[in-house]
Amino acid sequence: MKRTFTKAGLIRAGIFFLILILVPIIGGPGWLLNTLIFTIMYAALSSSWNLLGGYAGYPSLGHVAFFGIGAYAVGIIFSDSVYGGYAPFFVLPIIGIAVGLLSIPIGWVSMRTRADVFAIVTITLLFITQTLAFNLKSITGGAQGKSVAPAPFDVSTYDWPFYYAMLILLAIAMGVSLYFRRSKIGLSLATVRADEDKAHGVGVRVTAVKLIAFAVSSGLVAMVGGVWAYYVGFIYPQFAVDPLITIGMVLMAFLGGRGTLWGPVLGAFILVPAQEYFAQAFGASQLYLIAYAAVFLVIMLFLPRGILPSIADRLKKRRASAAGDARDAADTPVPVGSANEPKVAR
Amino acid sequence: MSNALLEVDHLTKRFGGVTAVDECSFTVEPGTITALIGPNGSGKTTAFNMITGYLKADSGEIRFHGETIARPRPATLYRRGLSRTFQQARIFPELTVEENMVVAGGFGPRELFGRRVTSADSERALTMLTQFRLDQLAQLPAGDLSYGQRKLLEFAAVLMSSPTLVLLDEPTAGVNPVMIDAMEQHIRERHAAGVTFLIVEHDMQLVMRLCDPVIVLDRGAPIAFGPPELIQNDPLVLEAYLGS
Amino acid sequence: MHAFIQAVILGILTGGVYALMASGQTLIFGIMKVVNLAQGALVVLGAYLTYTLFTQLGIDPFLSILITTPLLFLVGVAVQWALLRPLHGDDVAQLSLLVTFAIALGIEGVLSFAYSATLTNVQPSYANFSWTVLGYQVSLVRFVAFVLSLVMLGALYFILQRTKFGRSVRATVQNPMSAQLLGVNANRVSALGFGLGAATAAAAGSVFGMLNSFNPGSHYDLISRLLTIVVLGGLGSIGGSVVAALVMGVASSVVSALASPIWSDFTFFIVLLLVLLIRPRGLFGARTRGAL
Repeated sequence: MKRTFTKAGLIRAGIFFLILILVPIIGGPGWLLNTLIFTIMYAALSSSWNLLGGYAGYPSLGHVAFFGIGAYAVGIIFSDSVYGGYAPFFVLPIIGIAVGLLSIPIGWVSMRTRADVFAIVTITLLFITQTLAFNLKSITGGAQGKSVAPAPFDVSTYDWPFYYAMLILLAIAMGVSLYFRRSKIGLSLATVRADEDKAHGVGVRVTAVKLIAFAVSSGLVAMVGGVWAYYVGFIYPQFAVDPLITIGMVLMAFLGGRGTLWGPVLGAFILVPAQEYFAQAFGASQLYLIAYAAVFLVIMLFLPRGILPSIADRLKKRRASAAGDARDAADTPVPVGSANEPKVAR
Repeated sequence: MSNALLEVDHLTKRFGGVTAVDECSFTVEPGTITALIGPNGSGKTTAFNMITGYLKADSGEIRFHGETIARPRPATLYRRGLSRTFQQARIFPELTVEENMVVAGGFGPRELFGRRVTSADSERALTMLTQFRLDQLAQLPAGDLSYGQRKLLEFAAVLMSSPTLVLLDEPTAGVNPVMIDAMEQHIRERHAAGVTFLIVEHDMQLVMRLCDPVIVLDRGAPIAFGPPELIQNDPLVLEAYLGS
Repeated sequence: MHAFIQAVILGILTGGVYALMASGQTLIFGIMKVVNLAQGALVVLGAYLTYTLFTQLGIDPFLSILITTPLLFLVGVAVQWALLRPLHGDDVAQLSLLVTFAIALGIEGVLSFAYSATLTNVQPSYANFSWTVLGYQVSLVRFVAFVLSLVMLGALYFILQRTKFGRSVRATVQNPMSAQLLGVNANRVSALGFGLGAATAAAAGSVFGMLNSFNPGSHYDLISRLLTIVVLGGLGSIGGSVVAALVMGVASSVVSALASPIWSDFTFFIVLLLVLLIRPRGLFGARTRGAL
């Protein structure tokens, strides 16, 4: 809830992005760039998910639907070799805006319900998209999949454009997060997350801000999907609309800390390399899925609020005990937090 | 048409087989501090929830400023000058005290894209907070406040939109005597400044001191209406409270 | 017309089985306010158990319900005890939702490890037997499955209405706070409730294995349908989910017969969206009382 641009924050972000910008130039083992592309991709996805799931408290489990739509958009526009090169990257903003607009009516219907039903409705959204991808054979190629025109990039720097595209999308997603937090959109979203009924009661434009968050979030995810499709070059329904991608976004935000700027990024930088490692170590065998589920359970059981909020709490407690109490003593203070506050029945 | 500020006309709400509010009619005249009292379960809070758009009435009508409110919604009513507080002091614990005020102060769709708290916002919030002696706490998370302070904050916040009618749901329940006096003082000040109040309250001494007129609900419908002295001696009211 | 009625018959019979699966899921929600995303995986687990009992030991799939149901009941109790009970924090509902998803992934992983990813199904000798009644085909397996589902639903109804546990459950569903004040042990009710939910999945799974080809990934298909049904029926309402399951069964079967099978799942989702548009709480979802 910082209101001013803190220097430390700027420096932190500057160093983070500078290092990431330099990585391809400095070079390194081939797997590094590849792993980083997926890491940054998930960081961008999770940060975008966080706009809705973290700041507004509406945990979408269907965001991969928009990812898939973005992927198919690139796949369909640039099928075969209509026009390769950098064109797909330039089409991305249009895809993002189109998907954002498309998501508004979807968001409007699904957000008439509250968080738990919302999660379910978004899951069905995932399956609707998957079914459409399977069934609209003439457009999507059905189960056969769809290949995207190969990019005519130089072999030695082939990954670079994708890498930087993902990095830019991450920067945008984080920038939007920051903007949300510092604008009245973020303020309104925080009230929605804390107590939506009360937010209505003090005249907050609840529906408007929820829809803004939904549209921006899904538009960004679609753009990431577009880059991904161009990078992997071949998409099919279970691959582009994979429930595991949705779960990845959610899990990373949960691990790092929902509703924080860096949480989803941190989550991605821990989980994606771990995921790659599991895949390497256990091969394609299904132990991979079991390991994934186990990590998942451990996070939920032992770090339910995520890494960053837990650290922040620790620090806050230490600071509070050191600096003493600045509160006026007109009344007996109640403990920090609102665990004893009656919650609205949802 | 009367010139009542709020008219509740044959309002009814059933939950399953239970009729919580039953053909309930009453009015709130401008410039009054009207009390709505009654034994537990007499439908006070349910009536509040319907008036403020949190609950849909099964039948009946609500008029505000003489205008029928066809589809009451909390947000629109709030913007039209009808605000309320809740029994359990609902504030936004993660936001600072100042931000709680800013949110309740209301802003247009275009301001949504502006800064979280502008200096003008801050000034406005601080003016009100100072009147409630909460200005020292402006930058604390609201969750750090005591229960009594939260009640004050919620009250102060809903005043940010310059309402004409404020519904207070048990403003002094669960707070200490010092805070009760403070709350009473604040209500009187606001009343003097032209705000009309409708108050649900269990503290009868406070009601008798502060409110006029008093409406007594029993089993979802008014059984008495009048100045506090009359209500105190009304046999119907005594019966409702003491049981027959 | 003939095709239409045939589709309706088929839809009702299939819907009955879905009603059984969904009743367990909605029961779990009613008690714990947890949307159990593992319900589909539990059904698939039940189907694989039946498959193994049938192929290895030659136990009749219908009879195997007597084994799989208590087994999955225990699994359900264990899962609740070990993984859901310890959850704490601001939003237990969201956490539980994700935990059940992780459980689904875990079950999928274990099944893929133990069996292969290829589609199988349980094929007893009578699998393809069917009667012709007034010109309409009624498959033996489907019919027995339907009757069995009704019986199980009846048993569930009996448990909820007539037993002490059932009273605790109903009290918890209506008002968790006062139920606890009245001495209902919430953890115990939750554990038994989750067990019961898993048990219905087991029973339905045995039947599911005979009616459909399945692999460890089949739980995605199942859960998407089940979620639609329980949301449509109003989360927590068993009666609602039964009606919703029948409606959905018939709708998708009719679309499948008259249009094309590939669009039958789609019907589920469209119906759901349409219903939510009009009634955000589902067909039978009660408006929460005293929400304020």
